[in-house]
Amino acid sequence: MISLAGRDILHTWGKFVFTGIGLGLLIGVTLVMAGVYRGMVDDAMVLLDNSGADLWVVQKDTQGPYAESSSLYDDTWRGIAAMPGVASATDITYLTMQVRATNHGEPRDVRAMVVGIAPDGPGSAGWPPYLVAGRQITRSHYEAVADIASGFKLGDTLQIRRNRYTVVGLTRRMVSSNGDPMVFIPLKDAQQAQFLKDNEAILQQRRRTAENPAFNRPGVPGLLDAVIASQSTNNYVNAVLVRIKPGYTADEVAAPIRRWKRLTVFTRAQMQNILVNKLIATASRQIGMFMVILAIVSAAIVAFIIYTLTMDKIREIAVLKLIGTRNRTIAAMIMQQALALGLIGFAVGKITATFAAPLFPKFVLLMPGDSIAGFFAVMVICALASVVAIRMALKVDPAEAIGG
Amino acid sequence: MKRLPVQRRTLALIAVIVPLLALLVYVALRSGPLAPVAVTVAQVESQSINPALFGIGTVGARYTYMIGPTAAGRVKRVDVHVGDRVSAGQLLAEMDPVDLDDRIRAQKAAIKQTQAAVGEATAKQSFAQIQARRYERLLAKHSTSEEAVAAKHEELQVANAALAAARGDLTRTHADLQALLAQRANLRLVAPVDGIVTQRDAAPGSTFVAGQAVVEMIDPQSLWVDARFDQIQAVGLAAGQPASIVLRSRSGKTFKGEVLRVDPLADAVTEETLAKIRFKHIPQPLPPIGELADVTVALPALPPRPTVPNASLQRIDGKLGVWRVAAGKLEFVPVKVLGSDLDGQVQVEGLKAGERVVVYSQRTLGAHSNISIVDRIPGVSP
Repeated sequence: MISLAGRDILHTWGKFVFTGIGLGLLIGVTLVMAGVYRGMVDDAMVLLDNSGADLWVVQKDTQGPYAESSSLYDDTWRGIAAMPGVASATDITYLTMQVRATNHGEPRDVRAMVVGIAPDGPGSAGWPPYLVAGRQITRSHYEAVADIASGFKLGDTLQIRRNRYTVVGLTRRMVSSNGDPMVFIPLKDAQQAQFLKDNEAILQQRRRTAENPAFNRPGVPGLLDAVIASQSTNNYVNAVLVRIKPGYTADEVAAPIRRWKRLTVFTRAQMQNILVNKLIATASRQIGMFMVILAIVSAAIVAFIIYTLTMDKIREIAVLKLIGTRNRTIAAMIMQQALALGLIGFAVGKITATFAAPLFPKFVLLMPGDSIAGFFAVMVICALASVVAIRMALKVDPAEAIGG
Repeated sequence: MKRLPVQRRTLALIAVIVPLLALLVYVALRSGPLAPVAVTVAQVESQSINPALFGIGTVGARYTYMIGPTAAGRVKRVDVHVGDRVSAGQLLAEMDPVDLDDRIRAQKAAIKQTQAAVGEATAKQSFAQIQARRYERLLAKHSTSEEAVAAKHEELQVANAALAAARGDLTRTHADLQALLAQRANLRLVAPVDGIVTQRDAAPGSTFVAGQAVVEMIDPQSLWVDARFDQIQAVGLAAGQPASIVLRSRSGKTFKGEVLRVDPLADAVTEETLAKIRFKHIPQPLPPIGELADVTVALPALPPRPTVPNASLQRIDGKLGVWRVAAGKLEFVPVKVLGSDLDGQVQVEGLKAGERVVVYSQRTLGAHSNISIVDRIPGVSP
């Protein structure tokens, strides 16, 4: 038995393949859209993974350090390190800001999350867990490791507030929950960048203090200097990252810190909840909505294409009916064509999505699970779309083959 | 020959479908979780490293002189300005003596008065002496009474005492004058050593309490860097180690120095160890006091031992280690860090020279990661 569908496709293969490619591009966009959503969630996940922490200790009653601002004294970690079940406690600061590269040609700004890491050496909580070039920070000041997505290169000079930093290492996929690349700098510099005021403000504050008769008393030389020194402190951090000892659960360790240190502690599950369900909730729903619309549009277009393809050969179908072809055969032909179209479309879509994904400024994560689900969705949509065309074909009057 | 057009069409279709399928398979295998992780490897080499410590500090002076009055007073004049080089003994400023000069003049007059009193007492004493001798001779010739002689002796003793009192008074007035002159000299603020004036806190006419500095000066030969090293990284810091100093205002230039001492008191709040770094040669022009400076202290070289780049260090389940590559398979080897330098080389225990370890990777590795070894991670520019 000859394949009617195959014969028909061969007959108009050019039209068929180009329709498939067009459909494929549409499917590709849908897949990319799913990838954008997955990428957003993944950005939040890698943020948690890369910090290397089991617990996040933040200012009481805040949802810091990612979703809200939080500040703690930078010696808080000492008390936490002594709590039962704590393997290590490390200070960290996060600050999203414009980082300027100053050395080659035009100075350019990159929006980045500046992370201040404690000088505990590679492998410590908060440090980039892997690099793609260069080396980890060895000096306690003025060195930086940047995410490659920032566009910085080894040896670049970065200006962060009042200091210059040399890029000594590059890493990959170290992003904030917004997808901004991270720049890692030593903790003390980051504290200054975040908490030290600019020179003008410091000067104004000194002047204000000097004019206050309570602090500038003629009989007490040195009082003014002492007051000014006490005003320019920057001993804060945003969070303390805690790693727990084997044999303890996160909740076991978190509970005493909450109770006795009167700080807020998040476990990984809670942090994930904050990031995924609160921080990116609206954005992801937006993308999800758009994806649903795209899927509906794709389905409609597939239905139209199959319908017009069938209508184009309505006369041939009439002839088939006239020569006594069974309805099943005709229906199978249309269905097979629809599925073949879906197959080509999916292949083209998957390929375009894969090659297009790295071109996006933010991370696009194409999950194999999504692709497989997408494949079945395309097949189901094609099959459903062909039903309309099949009904059309079966209703055709064999007399049309000879008439008009 | 009749079927040829069909065959050509079939061929064309195959020519489209087959590459499409091939591309799909390639895409499915080379991207996503099935794709191998690109890594670069390096051979563990046994080499010696030159560890160094990096700290920052501010330029300071070992000797700062705060020169001011010892009693409350008003500044009469200030002869120097900030930045002036002064030599030891040079007059820097002077306090207003108020009535001190008048008191000195009065004291001088008082001395003259006492001198006159001494002259008077001397005259009286010599006359009394002569009288006493005369009466003694008369007594020997029995021309006078013993009572008269005794009266003359008594007069002589009174005259002697008056002379002694007058002389004592003269000494006292002289001493008083000296005291006033010393007080007068104390109002002159002079430089104790050769140095540079760093601060001039007063204009003539302002009043100062005792102990407040009118002029501050430093000894420029005593410039040093008050450096701070993070305690975690300050292992092995000791006096006498060579250091290189970079001033913030002269970032291209390195000055030689050495660690003068490591302070016995550390900063408990900032968790830093403090050390003083001395310049080998004082930079000219002098850096301002308080300028920020980077200090790199060179430590003694470590003997050759297996060395890996610090980018290869990972922490898995609380253990620090590296990914060793053997026969295309990954194995996590815990290591102990023995020493490191500022260029990112780390000497470790637990690896042998010649073994190959992962340095850079595209993402976090696991023991079952499928890896492909490349020269450079994709996306990294040369």
